[in-house]
Amino acid sequence: MRESIVRMEKAAKTFATPEGQTITALGGIDLDVRRNEFLTLLGPSGCGKTTLLQAISGFVELDSGRILIDGEDMTDRPPYRRPVNTVFQNYALFPHMSVGENTGYALEVAGIGRQDRARRVAEALRMVGLEGLEGRKPRQLSGGQQQRVALARAIIARPKLLLLDEPLSALDKNLRQAMQIELKTLQHELGISFIFVTHDQQEALTMSDRVAVLSGGRIQQLDTPRAIYDKPRNSFVATFVGASNLFEGEAAAGRLVTTDGIAISHGEQGSTGAATALIRPEQFFLADPGQAGPILDVDLEQIVFVGSTFELFGRTATGRRVIAEIPAMRRGLVGEIEQSRRARLSYDPSAVHLIPAEAA
Amino acid sequence: MLTITARRRAQLAILLGPASLFLAVFFLGPLAIMIVTSFLAPGLYGGVEWTWYPHNYGRILGFADPMFEEFDPVYIAIFLRSLKIAALTVVATLLVCYPAAFCISRLSDRWKSFCLFLITLPFFASLIVRLFVWVLLLRQTGLVNNVLLQTGIIDRPVDLIYTEGAIILGMVYVFIPFMFMPVYASVEKLDWTLVRASLDLGAGPIRTFLRIILPLTAPGIAGGAVIVFIPALGNFVVPAILGGAKVMMLGNLIEQQFLAARNWPFGSALAMMVMSVMLVLLFSYVVVSSRRGLDAAPGR
Repeated sequence: MRESIVRMEKAAKTFATPEGQTITALGGIDLDVRRNEFLTLLGPSGCGKTTLLQAISGFVELDSGRILIDGEDMTDRPPYRRPVNTVFQNYALFPHMSVGENTGYALEVAGIGRQDRARRVAEALRMVGLEGLEGRKPRQLSGGQQQRVALARAIIARPKLLLLDEPLSALDKNLRQAMQIELKTLQHELGISFIFVTHDQQEALTMSDRVAVLSGGRIQQLDTPRAIYDKPRNSFVATFVGASNLFEGEAAAGRLVTTDGIAISHGEQGSTGAATALIRPEQFFLADPGQAGPILDVDLEQIVFVGSTFELFGRTATGRRVIAEIPAMRRGLVGEIEQSRRARLSYDPSAVHLIPAEAA
Repeated sequence: MLTITARRRAQLAILLGPASLFLAVFFLGPLAIMIVTSFLAPGLYGGVEWTWYPHNYGRILGFADPMFEEFDPVYIAIFLRSLKIAALTVVATLLVCYPAAFCISRLSDRWKSFCLFLITLPFFASLIVRLFVWVLLLRQTGLVNNVLLQTGIIDRPVDLIYTEGAIILGMVYVFIPFMFMPVYASVEKLDWTLVRASLDLGAGPIRTFLRIILPLTAPGIAGGAVIVFIPALGNFVVPAILGGAKVMMLGNLIEQQFLAARNWPFGSALAMMVMSVMLVLLFSYVVVSSRRGLDAAPGR
């Protein structure tokens, strides 16, 4: 395991709402961020991800616990003495300064001479694809360009860690996807750790080395994107990341039976007892007539064409909702089931993931 | 047939007509009379004599008519004192209003409107009455002196009223709302994530204030300074009540020339001098602020 660049130990923070309630933003979080890692904090709004980020940048003071950056205790250090820079959600570019002055601000503050600064500003702007725009004012730039200036400004002083607070949420979809790839490339070039906050699970899966899924001020799971998606540790993670079909029931060797009597085959021989089986929509396929093996019969309520796939929304005989995703190239078969309003869904038992009940 | 631009011009003329007419008759007219009067000779028993006479300005600036009057530096002294008092009033009101604006801008909406209401509250009472209350407080037998005497801090009354200090105090009291409103408007607009961004990039609190907060609230400060400085320079109520005969400002001097000395040409010349200072100030304010605006416009 690589050395950690950020270590949080039992970090806790509660807020009082104006209505007199207390909200646990951080419920005693332990976290290690590795060197050169792209870590994403993923969760719904109010899950504590922004508080966690601000605790690292120094804008939120912890109630208890510690934060170490590169082995140094940062817990009581103000933001301006931490080797960390942030890309803010709304870019936060200084409107009264030019692009060049914005980009060079951290160097100016650090007392680096004019010539050196100009050279490094040019280099940083080149890295984000904005060479030669030093003289412009922020409001003369497009949203995407402002985003890049914010990025250049945050990396120019070579922080040990770059924090990104939902930086792509204001961009349109195409630009956002392009920036996702660029951010990933930039992180490799710079060789520093990125901590990226988002509520967009697609973004988290696309960009990250590891994803921390947060809810209620706690890390629900910290894992690679694939493990998060394929082997969620609890049903919150399973439902928050990707679409899911969950079947709670009693597991025995190779089989799980729900309370309403649906039997799901699975490949995890060792697991017994109360558990939840997870089948992702794309793991279903339409069974050929007379096909043997595990089958789920559903009555279809809706069939939605989304381009590359058809989404089938159905219910089992006992009324349980099921979502399946069928590749669009099988449109012939889809035509048939559209007629009958019934579908026989088959799946591979070895792909079914069991979540033990105590974790769910 | 009217073209569209001609029609728009006609519309504008109709809309702006009443205001333009009013200003032409009641502002430009008297102003023209004053300009002309300031270059005429004073009559022996008041009124004016229709002869070219630049020496009204000479009395102030140093080329007086040697026949009748002498150049007297007292007028320049009053001028400079008025400039000084107005400038100190600007500085003092700013020192009071700037921090207050930050505090109030961070309150909840309800407290905000309450505080803004409190700041406009003095407008509901007559200015003269409010200033006479200061007389009651500051005079030799006033509240302040009484308290200081009773507690033994002083053993005989100190001169509080009829001093420059009293005038500045009164001015600050009168002009605080004028400074507060523009300053508050720009402080309220300040984007605090910019402050965070500055701290995040390694700038300490002082540098963040100088490089981010101050430049971004500068338009409000400049606006407040102009709005306070100009009426403070020509103010005559405050020095009349709190300065008495001892500390005179331009406003009182002009009033005296018109009403007591009945030297209208000299009074007009003084008024024109005050106005030219104000015009220079206003003009440079407009030039500077519009240049800032141009700089920020897209596609420079």
